[in-house]
Amino acid sequence: MNILLFEFKRYWSSLWIWILSVMAQLLMFMAFYPVLAADAALLDLFLEHYPEELLKAFGMGGELSLATAAGFFAFTFALAQLTLAAQSAYYGFHFMSVEERELTADFLYSKPVERHHVIALKYAAALLALLLTNVGIWAGTFLALAWFGGEAPIEIWPFVSLLLTVPLFQLFFFSFGFLATAATKKIASVMGPAVGVAFVLYMLSALRRIVGGELLGILSPYYHFDPNYILVAGEWSLRLTGISLFFIIAANVMAVRLFLKRDIYSAV
Amino acid sequence: MGREISLMRPIIELNNLTKYYGKARGIENVNISVQAGEIFGFIGPNGAGKTTTIRTMLGLIFPTSGSAKLFGLDCLKHGSAIRRRIGYLPSEVFYYDQMKVLDLLKYSASFFHKDCSVRIHELAEIMELNVQRKIEDLSYGNKKKVGIVQGLLHEPELLLLDEPTSGLDPLMQKKFFDLMVAENKKGVTIFFSSHILSEVQHLCTRVAVMKEGTVIKIEDIDTLRQDNYKRVAVKIKSAAIEQFAMAGLTNMSRDNQTIRFLWKGNANALIAELARNDIDDVVIEDPSLEEIFLHYYQPVGP
Repeated sequence: MNILLFEFKRYWSSLWIWILSVMAQLLMFMAFYPVLAADAALLDLFLEHYPEELLKAFGMGGELSLATAAGFFAFTFALAQLTLAAQSAYYGFHFMSVEERELTADFLYSKPVERHHVIALKYAAALLALLLTNVGIWAGTFLALAWFGGEAPIEIWPFVSLLLTVPLFQLFFFSFGFLATAATKKIASVMGPAVGVAFVLYMLSALRRIVGGELLGILSPYYHFDPNYILVAGEWSLRLTGISLFFIIAANVMAVRLFLKRDIYSAV
Repeated sequence: MGREISLMRPIIELNNLTKYYGKARGIENVNISVQAGEIFGFIGPNGAGKTTTIRTMLGLIFPTSGSAKLFGLDCLKHGSAIRRRIGYLPSEVFYYDQMKVLDLLKYSASFFHKDCSVRIHELAEIMELNVQRKIEDLSYGNKKKVGIVQGLLHEPELLLLDEPTSGLDPLMQKKFFDLMVAENKKGVTIFFSSHILSEVQHLCTRVAVMKEGTVIKIEDIDTLRQDNYKRVAVKIKSAAIEQFAMAGLTNMSRDNQTIRFLWKGNANALIAELARNDIDDVVIEDPSLEEIFLHYYQPVGP
């Protein structure tokens, strides 16, 4: 438990910034919605002047019109997903590699604690931080819809369904980072690769919208948990969720096995 | 009672311990046995494999082959149980910079599930360490003191010290050695790695010499010093160096009228040789370990 508390305290100083950022992102974007919805015809006319490919790349021009609260929220949520992805990947790259990067590994691993306990407790601290971010995005979503969702009645279940995907979405990126650090001798920096992974997979999903087909989408959790699809269908794609789950389990099993056999890097 | 039982068998047993980093040699077939209560020196130049040996014992790195047992337990299978009884001071100390020293020491103590607060303050007082300061504000020497306190606060049975005095000023080095002697008197076994032979000479009872990943000699310090070389300085009026060319004589040099050399062999032969000459003065003394082991430290020629 001492490791769990110690690790969580280390997250806390930056965690509230992540949470407030995601909430602010949702609220600030949704704050534009009432103005745009007041003149829906003008908005549609405005969007018609943009190339279809560009609109698709940014998740617009799908089945949900931007003039509807759900449509505008899908666009807003897709951007919030980018922040969530960067944070989750950052934690994934960071949580085990930090001891070797900052050369404190000798201190920690020379203590009477099994390596799998260290992994489990550090993992739990990171998950707790992601869970609190999750709480933030739920709060941000409902506040945004309540304040800026417009007068028309909103069916809440599709939004709940979308929010329930967040833990899996976070775990996908977290697991990616975890596996990458386990497979690498030493990670020099963390934020660069984390943001890189978040953007590259976003671009894969955007590219898929333009070129069509599913191959690129299968590789990207943005497609697995596409806000447009979930808000229209009110449910997840079981097949794509299964692919995400498979990746999460496989990546974690491999990463743990690699870390249990890893030579701890030292300065000497 | 537990400590009396442990006196009956080796505390450290390394059997053909080998570690390769990919194709690069770390250590090869290291065999060492350290008895309870010993202060065991582990010397060798930088890159000889001292740190690799210690980190393998701690389970920080995995051996390529061979085995390491501490307290009779295998380091791979019983790592946590072994580390509960060990204090470790690495050669390079790195801690969580944002923490206060006291918080770090409390965090360290929390792994041992015992109240170490009295011991923390005792050790901090001995080492003159301000526990209220932040780690990032400490000099390297003070960080080393933090390392010493965190290595000793849980009253371990075995201390693994990897070049422990680097960064400490001479006064602190003396305090550290006094502390080690006091711990040893309480029954603590000490495994002491260093490339500074004089400190090993002062503290240790036995020593292993490492060179290029292998142990090339394990010997009692006293035996090494008594049975091997003598340092001889002869003040002589007129003699050529060649006059002293006899078996057992090495490292000869001449400085004005004084001829200096190391001597290994029968003392009577040396006295007889000296008596053949017209000598003004002679000094025969034990050489330092530095001189004894100097030839071990020379790189292997092509």
